[in-house]
Amino acid sequence: MEPRDVYLDYAATTPVDERVVEAMLPYYREIWGNPNSLYRRGRDAYSALESARERVAQSIGASHPNEVIFTAGGTESDNAALIGITTRAKPDGGHVIVSAFEHHAVLEPGHFLEKSGYEVTYLAPRSAGYIDPDDLRAALRDDTVLVSVMHGNNEIGTLQPVAALCEAAHERGALFHTDAAQTLGKVPLDVTGLGVDAASFSGHKIYGPKGSGVLYLKRGTPFAPMMRGGGQESKKRSGTQNVAGAVGFATALELMCAEMPGESPRLAALRERIVTGITGTIENTVESATYPERLPNIAHLIIKGVEGEAMLLQLDAKGIAVSTGSACSSGSLAPSHVLLSIGCPAELAHGSVRISLGRFTTDEDVEYFLEVFPPIVERLRSMSPLYEKMFGSASA
Amino acid sequence: MLYSDKVMDHFNNPRNVGVLDDPDGVGEVGNPTCGDVMKISIKVDSDRIDDIRFQTLGCGAAIATSSIVTEMARGMSLEEAVAITKRQVADELGGLPPAKMHCSVLATDGLKKAVDDYLVRNGREPIAAGTIAHDDPDFDPHAEEHDDACDVPGE
Repeated sequence: MEPRDVYLDYAATTPVDERVVEAMLPYYREIWGNPNSLYRRGRDAYSALESARERVAQSIGASHPNEVIFTAGGTESDNAALIGITTRAKPDGGHVIVSAFEHHAVLEPGHFLEKSGYEVTYLAPRSAGYIDPDDLRAALRDDTVLVSVMHGNNEIGTLQPVAALCEAAHERGALFHTDAAQTLGKVPLDVTGLGVDAASFSGHKIYGPKGSGVLYLKRGTPFAPMMRGGGQESKKRSGTQNVAGAVGFATALELMCAEMPGESPRLAALRERIVTGITGTIENTVESATYPERLPNIAHLIIKGVEGEAMLLQLDAKGIAVSTGSACSSGSLAPSHVLLSIGCPAELAHGSVRISLGRFTTDEDVEYFLEVFPPIVERLRSMSPLYEKMFGSASA
Repeated sequence: MLYSDKVMDHFNNPRNVGVLDDPDGVGEVGNPTCGDVMKISIKVDSDRIDDIRFQTLGCGAAIATSSIVTEMARGMSLEEAVAITKRQVADELGGLPPAKMHCSVLATDGLKKAVDDYLVRNGREPIAAGTIAHDDPDFDPHAEEHDDACDVPGE
């Protein structure tokens, strides 16, 4: 097969869709005014910004455009939600629950709150890859301020029962935030229907620009802003707004929602092809999480007896981009906290590979991956001093 | 984090992979829990390393450092071989990212163990014992030389 350039890391980031670029360009070239200025240039920018806000509100099911706050990305939205809600709702301390397999953009604000005097529970998921509402109920306390559980896990791709978790939190008087960076535009999402008080979204996961994000904050939710200044975004996020970024976010989101009915089943079928294609042909491989509710575009596999970074680099040499939960691929040198949290032993977590699909993934890309990958695994296993000892023959 | 061209060359085309038939000494270091294990086997002739092979489970740097250390050690006296430092291994590869410096310890420790194994098999005193980092129960390979530490409060 001819070498190809195959990007299979859409959960890390996406290219900006050409239609999004086109929608954004006027806000760099012509309509570059400050949306907070009263003269025409400012008003034109303001109209674009507020129209983007309305479009986002509509797409996520917010009950009012003012519930949409434009931020500089998912990480900012997560930080603002965790710290802003908790410190405003209970300034003198209290209890916070976050799931143990959150993105670092939620876990680190959790650690920060802990150092600031709050008690934080890192709630363990079940080994299938989901947070059980009964487990949450058992962890909730009378002084629990906020619960944060992601909508879809960015590594293993499992969807979380957010509506039930949110209901459990509300029953005990706690607020609920969800990081929905991975699910936005990929599975139906309605913040009002879910009942959440806050939700985080990222533009660059949906073919929008990096540096664009949204924090959904239900009206009346206590919130102390992280950014203080000119009082933009209803005083919740000061700073002159990134108008082109907001327009890009809104355009990207509308495209995702419009294309979801055809695109999600297409990606889910390609995902299945990868999972069965790998686990059916390479021995000692298994899907990391068994929970059936999952994102259509993430396949996460454990390749026993191989180290993840070595696989990643060998695939890269063949033009294929994937990611791994191996320690060695990150700066941190500990294997993925997500895999450890679902009870995956470290030696297996080092051999994990995440293949995430997207808008420009073709059948040919998937077939190319399925052809290229098995010999790489076989070669690395044959170089290992342990593989034969542990599993017998190194053949794939 | 970027690998040098030489690291990538040794990773993609590792030298001296495999196991020697009837080796004179064998050294195995590392732990699958940490993600890397290396095994080196040597043939010794007149106290010089005559032939050498390695097997490694690990990342790109672990495989590249294993490969280069076999090239460096071939033909060396036993004393010279056990004196190879992690820094020399890294330098020979054109440098390693700071977070990967511990991989070169895996390579030098594997070689030291193989040499000592040869000596002990022949009723002689080991010469590397005490300098093998992986023999220290408190050895934390991941604490090696992270000179990229930052001092952001709360980190």
